[in-house]
Amino acid sequence: MTITMERQAPEMVPAAAPLPVPEHEHEAKPRDILIINYSGELEKTWATMILASTAGAMGSKTRVFVTFWGLQNFVKDDRRITGQNVMQKMMSFMQRPGISHRKLSKMNFLGMGPWMMGRLAKQYNVASPRELLEAAQAMGVEFIPCQMTMDMFGLTRDDLIDGMAEPVGAATVIGLLQDGDAPLFI
Amino acid sequence: MTTNTIDRQLDAKGLACPLPIVKTAQSMKEMVSGQLLEVLATDRGSVKDFAAWSKSTGNEIVEQTTDGGVFRFVLRKK
Repeated sequence: MTITMERQAPEMVPAAAPLPVPEHEHEAKPRDILIINYSGELEKTWATMILASTAGAMGSKTRVFVTFWGLQNFVKDDRRITGQNVMQKMMSFMQRPGISHRKLSKMNFLGMGPWMMGRLAKQYNVASPRELLEAAQAMGVEFIPCQMTMDMFGLTRDDLIDGMAEPVGAATVIGLLQDGDAPLFI
Repeated sequence: MTTNTIDRQLDAKGLACPLPIVKTAQSMKEMVSGQLLEVLATDRGSVKDFAAWSKSTGNEIVEQTTDGGVFRFVLRKK
């Protein structure tokens, strides 16, 4: 064994200059990210906004498809009652839309839970869902409303915050997934 | 040690995840290729987070130091 190794040593190829890192390794485009925001509870809305703003910051083309309860996050904060008919209006009365009016799914305690969460977030310099949403929009993250949910809740484009994309349906979402977008369902 | 001329600074001390990364990306947007950004952060996740951000965006971490709980990153815009 030893002899073999000694014999082989002189035959070794002289150390070459370090290979340059191929350009394309650094330029590989990160995967597109598709977040499906289905939930409207404070904790899930927060997670959506943290991940959407970070994905935008990390250079991924990022889209958020907003459907069912998620769409409540994207109604303007100052809208109290939305909808066209009585039942749609009742729904918005029972749960106030707008990203600043989200409730916790657990420990809500008539708004005391979200208030405490807000205080803690401020104390530890955690950005609010609203601040993160604005940061995500500024970085080009696209928020796409679900047309069917808009119809069902009687929401108009004017009820929704500025800068949202054209409403689309499930086929567009599946199309993006077929194209290889990394999915997150929140 | 090489001395780098810093083109822009970002004080992200005290800010929690994901703000140091989000604000870094926002600052970078206003810079040109080759310029250096100095970021100060206290978020303890930021060492790994900045490495991941650099790998994903191709913006290089030129310098990285720690001083009493403050992490300092010098980043070169791609």
